[in-house]
Amino acid sequence: MSPVESALAHLGALDDLAARDTPAARLDARVKALATVAFVVVVASFGRGDALRLLPLAAWPIALGALGDVPWRPVLLRLVLASPFALGVAAFEPLLDRAPALAVGGLTVSAGAVAFATILLKFALALSAALVLVATTGFDAVCAGLERLGTPRLLVAQLLLLYRYLFVLAEEAGRMVRAHALRSPDRPRPTARVAATLLGQLLVRTLARAERVHAAMRCRGFDGTMRLVRQTRLSRADLAFAAATALLLAGCRLVHLPAAFARLLTP
Amino acid sequence: MSHHLVSVRDLRFAYPDGTPALDGVTFTLHHGEAVGLVGGNGAGKSTLLLHLAGVLRASSGEVRVGDWPVTPGTLREVRRSLGLVFQDPDDQLFMPTVEDDVAFGPRQLGLPEPEVEARVADALARVGATHLRRRPPHRLSGGEKRAAAIAAVLAMGPSVLVLDEPSSNLDPASRRALIAQLCAFEHTKIVASHDLDLVLDVCRRVLVLSGGKVVADGPSHEVLSDDELLAAARLERPLRLQACPRCGT
Repeated sequence: MSPVESALAHLGALDDLAARDTPAARLDARVKALATVAFVVVVASFGRGDALRLLPLAAWPIALGALGDVPWRPVLLRLVLASPFALGVAAFEPLLDRAPALAVGGLTVSAGAVAFATILLKFALALSAALVLVATTGFDAVCAGLERLGTPRLLVAQLLLLYRYLFVLAEEAGRMVRAHALRSPDRPRPTARVAATLLGQLLVRTLARAERVHAAMRCRGFDGTMRLVRQTRLSRADLAFAAATALLLAGCRLVHLPAAFARLLTP
Repeated sequence: MSHHLVSVRDLRFAYPDGTPALDGVTFTLHHGEAVGLVGGNGAGKSTLLLHLAGVLRASSGEVRVGDWPVTPGTLREVRRSLGLVFQDPDDQLFMPTVEDDVAFGPRQLGLPEPEVEARVADALARVGATHLRRRPPHRLSGGEKRAAAIAAVLAMGPSVLVLDEPSSNLDPASRRALIAQLCAFEHTKIVASHDLDLVLDVCRRVLVLSGGKVVADGPSHEVLSDDELLAAARLERPLRLQACPRCGT
């Protein structure tokens, strides 16, 4: 299996988790989607020196994951796979800002190091929340929830089609790379020149496919809206989940929880 | 309603790059007829089918489906009564689950949700795909994708069913199941295929297309055993009409 194909299999596997009947899967997709957005906004609102204050927020994805019986390995694996982006952003912080920020035991920690930790924590929290959302809801239900919350329908249609044809496109690319490798035994990896040709070819094929898909949609009466119907009604569990999320987010945002905890411990 | 269900008169079409595709195609189809559309690669089969559904617009000539001439203003009515099953199911199954995809057409028609549900259940049952309801299309096998694509079109409740290469990439068992289903549908059918044995099983009438023209139109058994005609159209006798390779009879 090529790396692309196995990555796709992983992506599909996350969606399969959502098909199981768990307390988290039974929650309304709108509530979960909105809660995730609120969570990400709160995570993003903290400043560069707030690494400690971010820690209690980890309770949210952990709780939702536990409610949804989400296995941790696949979530952690995806975090690691995506981490180079965050690492790239954070890498220079410790070098640029060496001013001492706090002392733990005999060690002084520089402000840059704290900022480094903050960026990584923000990244891990936001991404794990999104992953747990998909693993407990399913991508199509997330989209349906977003649509019912008033997200522009065009955007929802784009997301749905993107997700559907991601697999087709990646398989197409995989086949082209394999076809190249089989006829180029000495140098199975495409050179930059060949890669450019393959990419161009992929673009042309994609355009042709887009035309066929559009024709198929029009033949079945497409008028600009994709109607996804997911019968949902807010239950008590939804309200309780929303209230718990609001309480946690407000608590983390308004109160310095680690400091309050430390005050409780020191007489 | 008119006596002819589908009628095509002197249809001409050339692709934007100038390649001629249809050169004066004329035929009519009656209620309940099953017609095979055969011809070599590039004979114009798929192009003709796209005209029937109003996806392509002819340079000249006329297509009528039921009471409607196919024009930009009548596409809604035309596509309600004529369902086109595309050659590549991946082009056709664009929704996140099979269920959503089959429900796509009925929902676009604005049907109430209980009616949509009834149509989805019925269409999936007809192609033996009820168990695939909640599966995402990209995880289905080729045969399952084909069944789902046909169900998606059946759910629109068309009176004419148009299929482009329905048996391509199917294993023999899936192909046989497909043939049985096609024979069971009461719809008027147009089946474009290189699988001449399938055409022989499903259709009593055959149109042979060659160089963008209809070069033969008649009963399947007669047309498909005319070796000279078939060779000129880049075809050959269906295996079932060929002599036994072991005993020669």
